[in-house]
Amino acid sequence: MRHIERQKIFLLGAAILMVLISLAGCKTQHRFVDKTAFKGSHDIVLTFAAPVDADWARDASNYRVCEKPDPDIRLDIAGIHLSADRRIVDLHFQEALNQGQPHVVTLHNIMSEGKSLGDETVNVKKLYLGFLFSILIGAMLIHNFVFTKYLGLCVFFGTSQKKTTAVGMGITFTLVIVASAMMSWALYQFVLKPYHLNFLQIIVFIGLVSLSVQAVDTVLRKINPALFKAFGVYLVLVIANCIILAVPLILADNEYNAWESLMLALGAGLGFLIALFLMSSVRERLELANVPPTYRGLPIAFVVAGLFALAFLGFSGMSIF
Amino acid sequence: MVSTKTPSQLVLNGLLNENPIFRLALSMCPAVGISTTVMNGLMLGIAVLFVQVFSSCTIALIKDYIHPRIRIPTYTLTIATWVTVIDLVLSAYAPVAYKAMGIFIKLIVAFAIITMRLEVFACKNSVNKSFWDGIGMGLGFMFGMVALGFVRELLGMGTLLGYDVLGFRPLLFFALPLAGFFCVGFMMAAFNYIEIVFNRMKKKTG
Repeated sequence: MRHIERQKIFLLGAAILMVLISLAGCKTQHRFVDKTAFKGSHDIVLTFAAPVDADWARDASNYRVCEKPDPDIRLDIAGIHLSADRRIVDLHFQEALNQGQPHVVTLHNIMSEGKSLGDETVNVKKLYLGFLFSILIGAMLIHNFVFTKYLGLCVFFGTSQKKTTAVGMGITFTLVIVASAMMSWALYQFVLKPYHLNFLQIIVFIGLVSLSVQAVDTVLRKINPALFKAFGVYLVLVIANCIILAVPLILADNEYNAWESLMLALGAGLGFLIALFLMSSVRERLELANVPPTYRGLPIAFVVAGLFALAFLGFSGMSIF
Repeated sequence: MVSTKTPSQLVLNGLLNENPIFRLALSMCPAVGISTTVMNGLMLGIAVLFVQVFSSCTIALIKDYIHPRIRIPTYTLTIATWVTVIDLVLSAYAPVAYKAMGIFIKLIVAFAIITMRLEVFACKNSVNKSFWDGIGMGLGFMFGMVALGFVRELLGMGTLLGYDVLGFRPLLFFALPLAGFFCVGFMMAAFNYIEIVFNRMKKKTG
C-alpha cells in the first residue's frame, strides 16, 4: 500500500517537472532570432535563423539596446560586424556592458532576402545556468529577505528561540514558499496578465497562499504523519510571514520565467532558513548570558539581528560570474 | 466579550496601553524597514490607519453573517480589498511616496496587527466601537512609526521632515537602513526602563 503511494508521488513530481520544463521551453524569443549572447566584455552576438540583408544589418540605427531596468538609457553601438554567411551579427559597444543585468535589444524592421519581417524585441542574458545560480545565491545571501529587505520579522523573532524550532520552521517555510510561488507565478502569467487583471494581484496572491498552506497541511497529514507531527505546528505561522506574499509580487514585477521563479522562491526559503539558524544559535547562548533586565527578551534580539544585518551588508554589491 | 470602553478610552488604548509597535511588538517589518524618515513613517501610518478603520467597520457590519469556520479567510480577503484600494489611490495621487515605500504598501495585507484587531475586537463589537478602535490602533501604529522616524532622521541626517534642524549629522549610522534593528531594540529597552522605574516608584509610594 505504502509502496504504491510513494510511486504515485514520484509520478506527480515527474509530471510537475515536465510541465516546468515545457513552460521554460516556450520562451518569448522571436522565431527569426535563434540565439542571443554576450561575448567578451563589450559585445552582444545575435544569431538569426536565416541570412539577413547586409545593408540592414550594418545600419546602427536599426538596433536599440538598453539594460532591462533602465529602458530610457540607450547604449551606444561603436561597430557592427556581420559574418560571411550573414547570419551572425556582432554588436560592439563603446563601454563595457554590465552583464549582471539582462539587456533588451529592439530590432527595427528586420530585412531578409529583401522582405521585411517586422520589428522584434529580444532579451540578452548571461549563460543561463549561471544566471539561475546567481538568482539563487542573490536571494539567499546578497539580498537576504530578513537581513537586507527586513521582511518576515514577526515570525523570525517568534521562532528563533531554539535551534530545533528554527530548523523546523525554516524547512516548512521553504516547502510552502516554493509551492505557492510557482502556483501564483502560473496564475499571474496565464490568467491575470492576459486578461488585464493586474489590480487583483494582492487578493489573488494572498488567497493562493492560504490555499497552498491548507493543501500542504492536508497532503503532509496523509503522506507522512511523522513529518506532519514534527512540522504541522509551523504551517499556521507561515501565512503570517510577509516573505511568502513578497515573493509572488516580486516575480510579477520582474516578469521572471518558470525556472527563475523557482530559483527565487528556493533562495528566499533557504535564506530564511539560514537567518533563522544563525539567530537561534546566538539566542541559545544568550539564555546563559547576563543581560541587563531592560534588554531581556526582544530588545537584545533586535540588537543581535542588527549585528547580523551589518555582517550581511558585506555581501552587498557582490556579483557572481 | 463586548467592550464597554468610551471612544476616547479606545483611542488612548491603541496609542499607549496596546501600542502595536512598542507594546504588542506586532508588524515589525515596516518599523525596521522604512522608518528612516518622519515622512515615510507618516505616509505608511496613514495607509495603515485607512485600512484598519475600513476593514474594522466592514467586519463589524457583516459579523453576523460570517460562519465561524471561514472567518480568517474572510478577514484576509476584506483586508486585501482595502489594501488594493489604498495601493491604487496612492500610486495615482502620491507616486513619489508610493515609490519610497515600495513593496510595503502591498504587504499591509500580511501585517499581523490588522488581522489581530479584527479577530479580537471588530467581530464582537458594534460598528461605532470598531471605528474608534480602528482609529486608536491606526494612530498607535502611526505614532510608533513617526517616533522611530523622528529619532532616526534627527540622529542620522540632522533633519526633520526634510528641514535642516541641527546643521550637522550626529550619528550617520542611523541613516543606514539596517540601523532600524538597533533603533527598535534601543527604544524597546527605553520603554522597558521607564516601566521598571515607574513600578519601583509605585512600590515606594504604595
